[in-house]
Amino acid sequence: MPMTDSWQTAEIPGPKKASLIMKPDIADAMIRRAKRPIMIVGHGIVEYDVDGKPLIECLIALARKAEIPVVVSASTNKEFLSREFEPAAIMSAVDISSRLTDPEWKGLDGKEPYDLAIFVGLPYSMEWTILSGLKHFAPGVKTMSFDCVYQPNASWSFPNSTIKDWAANLKGIVENLED
Amino acid sequence: MSRKGVSFSIKEINSDLAQFRDLTVSIGAVTRERWDEPVGPTPFPSLATLRSWDHRLLARYKPFYMPFCDLCCLCTYGKCDLTGTKKGACGITMPAQQSRIVLLAACVGAATHTSHAREILTHTIETYGRDCPINVGGTGVGVEAPITRLVCGIKPETLGDLEPVLDYCENQITQLLAVTHTGQEGSSLDFESKVFHTGMIDHLGMEVADIAQVSALGFPKADPESPLADLGLGTIDAKKPVILVIGHNVPPAAAIVDYLRDNGRASDVEVTGICCTSLDMTRYSPKAKVVGPISWQIRYIRSGVPDVIVVDEQCIRTDTLFEAEKIHAPLIATSEKNCLGLPDMTHEPADAIVAAFENGRLTGALILDPEKVGEVASRLVLAIAPKRKKHGGLPTKHQLTELAKKCTQCMLCRRACPNDLPVPQAIKLAASGNLSALNELYDDCVGCGRCESACKLKIPVHSLIIAAADRQTKAETFCLRTGRGAIQDVEIRKVGGPIVLGEIPGVVAFVGCANYPKGSREVAEMVTEFAKRRYIVCTSGCAAMSAGMYRDEEGKTVYERFPGAFEAGGVVNVGSCVSNAHIAGAAIKIASIFARRPLRGNYEEIADYVYNRVGAVGVAWGAMSQKAASIAAGFWRLGIPVVVGPHGTKYRRMLLGRADRETDWNVYDARSGETVYGGPVPEHLFIAAETKEEAMVMIAKLTMRPNDTSKGRANKLANYVDLHKRLVGGTPPDVYRFVRMHADIPLTMKDEILIHLSEHDWKESSIPDPTLLARLVHAKRGD
Repeated sequence: MPMTDSWQTAEIPGPKKASLIMKPDIADAMIRRAKRPIMIVGHGIVEYDVDGKPLIECLIALARKAEIPVVVSASTNKEFLSREFEPAAIMSAVDISSRLTDPEWKGLDGKEPYDLAIFVGLPYSMEWTILSGLKHFAPGVKTMSFDCVYQPNASWSFPNSTIKDWAANLKGIVENLED
Repeated sequence: MSRKGVSFSIKEINSDLAQFRDLTVSIGAVTRERWDEPVGPTPFPSLATLRSWDHRLLARYKPFYMPFCDLCCLCTYGKCDLTGTKKGACGITMPAQQSRIVLLAACVGAATHTSHAREILTHTIETYGRDCPINVGGTGVGVEAPITRLVCGIKPETLGDLEPVLDYCENQITQLLAVTHTGQEGSSLDFESKVFHTGMIDHLGMEVADIAQVSALGFPKADPESPLADLGLGTIDAKKPVILVIGHNVPPAAAIVDYLRDNGRASDVEVTGICCTSLDMTRYSPKAKVVGPISWQIRYIRSGVPDVIVVDEQCIRTDTLFEAEKIHAPLIATSEKNCLGLPDMTHEPADAIVAAFENGRLTGALILDPEKVGEVASRLVLAIAPKRKKHGGLPTKHQLTELAKKCTQCMLCRRACPNDLPVPQAIKLAASGNLSALNELYDDCVGCGRCESACKLKIPVHSLIIAAADRQTKAETFCLRTGRGAIQDVEIRKVGGPIVLGEIPGVVAFVGCANYPKGSREVAEMVTEFAKRRYIVCTSGCAAMSAGMYRDEEGKTVYERFPGAFEAGGVVNVGSCVSNAHIAGAAIKIASIFARRPLRGNYEEIADYVYNRVGAVGVAWGAMSQKAASIAAGFWRLGIPVVVGPHGTKYRRMLLGRADRETDWNVYDARSGETVYGGPVPEHLFIAAETKEEAMVMIAKLTMRPNDTSKGRANKLANYVDLHKRLVGGTPPDVYRFVRMHADIPLTMKDEILIHLSEHDWKESSIPDPTLLARLVHAKRGD
């Protein structure tokens, strides 16, 4: 299947489509360049492994290395707590995303607005619509999808990938951040 | 009360007094007033009458737009790219375009309910007369039509009295639809206000529909112990001739029941249904059987069990004729709104129609006369069932395996699936003879059939799933309480105080369609949880069926386990889609009957009361339709929040509060007139939850209201904190926002919450007598 087709066939995007993250360096550069990144994690992360370990451990490593606050939705919180990682907030995905469209909002810590939002693990169509909201109404926020399928409304997205390729990319991002 | 206008013409008259030629006399209405309550400020409100109330709500709950399409393609200027800050050729912006589409959807929903109401009212007036008295609950229901009284300021007494209500609805929907034309409204917030207006009109239409059918067709009348009816594929005796009815408009189905009864054949035929017609059919005759929600359409038809299929209106698959032909089942269409390209046989004799079906000249027919439908469907099913021999459309296990072997794992079926189900993986396993994975998909499948349309090899993917779950479908033997309709005034008097004071933690209504993210089970689980916690739980429509489709460890469905009364711990099935009006009506009646607020044409004050004091929440976990959008909008205008499942983001916008902005939550204290902080309650007006767990915690939170007493707030907080600990983990991080004084803290959680409060610089505040309306401040009343 083409790498830049929406994973759900009918979810045709508009004229503005996500650029592809073909190599870990691209995502790594975006994260390094961001002054105020944030990561929004949905319950779908429990379904996947990266290099024999649960995906959540890869995300925790990423969050720790890049010092990215993590917002989790509902039951996903337990998965983080059981790994001794305290998320920055428990919020519904639409609530946190709505706040990202407010240029006056100073973030969870009250300091300054976020400029990069990384999404992973939300149901495909829910993430699709939320990213659409941010594409149109949060011009100051770049968005990245870390899911293994293409999200056209993000600023940057992985292509539709095999789990193996996707896992290798995620692992590469975490490793690069160690440098 | 207004009655229909009268007009007459006289061609020529000669008398001693005068001569008249071509005289026409029109009298606009005949008034028969029997309600001495003074008319409030807003009877029959027009589009902008309640605008200021809407804008008060929208100032708190700002829309978060999530465009489902970046383009506008509604006129020939377009397509116009509205990405970001771009404007269309007409000048429209993306927020306005999104709210415009929301308004269009709501108009479709309201038009559908109102049109349905018109069908029902016309039919019942034709059959029972314009003077047929309204009776939705005998002496137990004094306020028979709370929404009509509130919105229109009239007190209907007969079926004929409902006609001007529908005239008003139709007028308003026409005007609302006109708003969406190119070059009309340009403000997103004013579009949103009109969405609220559409929702209010929708509730009015629904109320008329259900009042008419409850009054005229002998449905249960506000009966907490309405009979239980069979639910599920396994309850159907497939050895008998079987009629399937699908849709929402009950008269044709009722006529089938009547014909079979009157001809002594009721016990010989199974009358079964899908969607709301089936719910209303069980209200008419509890011996009828409900197959399941709308997602059961293909799976039931392809089973081959139905011998004759009768469709009326709304939520019917548009390929039903095609599916019916595949199993050699005749199809009868009964609504002008859904003719399916079939020949109109309305005026043909029943004998001729039955004969034409029998000899194969007809596979489907349009019959626009319910009585004739009753006769034709009944005679036809008896004649044709022995010949059909339950010809089905599902593969045998061997055929299934062979079909699965053709699969190339192209993934198109999964990419077409709304729930991203792992269909290819399950088919791969099935090719080796193992059907377990396919069987597991059955519960989560919404029955849309998009997987089949996507398959380039024409593998009947959905049929494979159904065939693999054959044993499971036969085990679907459940029950549901037939729709009771209205809530009795005496029930309102009993629970009004505990609800307003917060001692009953809330009213939670599970309504709407079956586009669930993980199957029906989640609805049953949520209903059970909140009923066990002593909330009042209401159900309606497909959600009412889903709630009944699981049994607990003792083998009981929620309808057998919990009482049907509107009381703490009750599970109250009000009925079909249009019965949702009774849920809104109950909230209105709390303000009117319990609190004695003036009802007549007094929308803002009643909505202000409901918003600030009645801890009600709507949950449309599988909301799919435009009707669901308009139903939700009607609740929003009353200040009742609605939670939807993850597919609900496709409605294009949420209405979200900002708990972190304290000034957003200021209210007037009606005692002093001061502006005070009322707290972020309810925090959101429309929100999509990602998972069942998130929804349950959100529901508990959204039942809080600024007026809660300390005892009530403690009760609500205890449920919120407990659910959060169990489903999310840990104490909710925002508890400090909801504790106003020490007495609000649940006793059993005192130590941990005090620590939490100390971490958030918490200060005690008072409980206001809250209102958003300056005119309701007591000091000003005497001015």
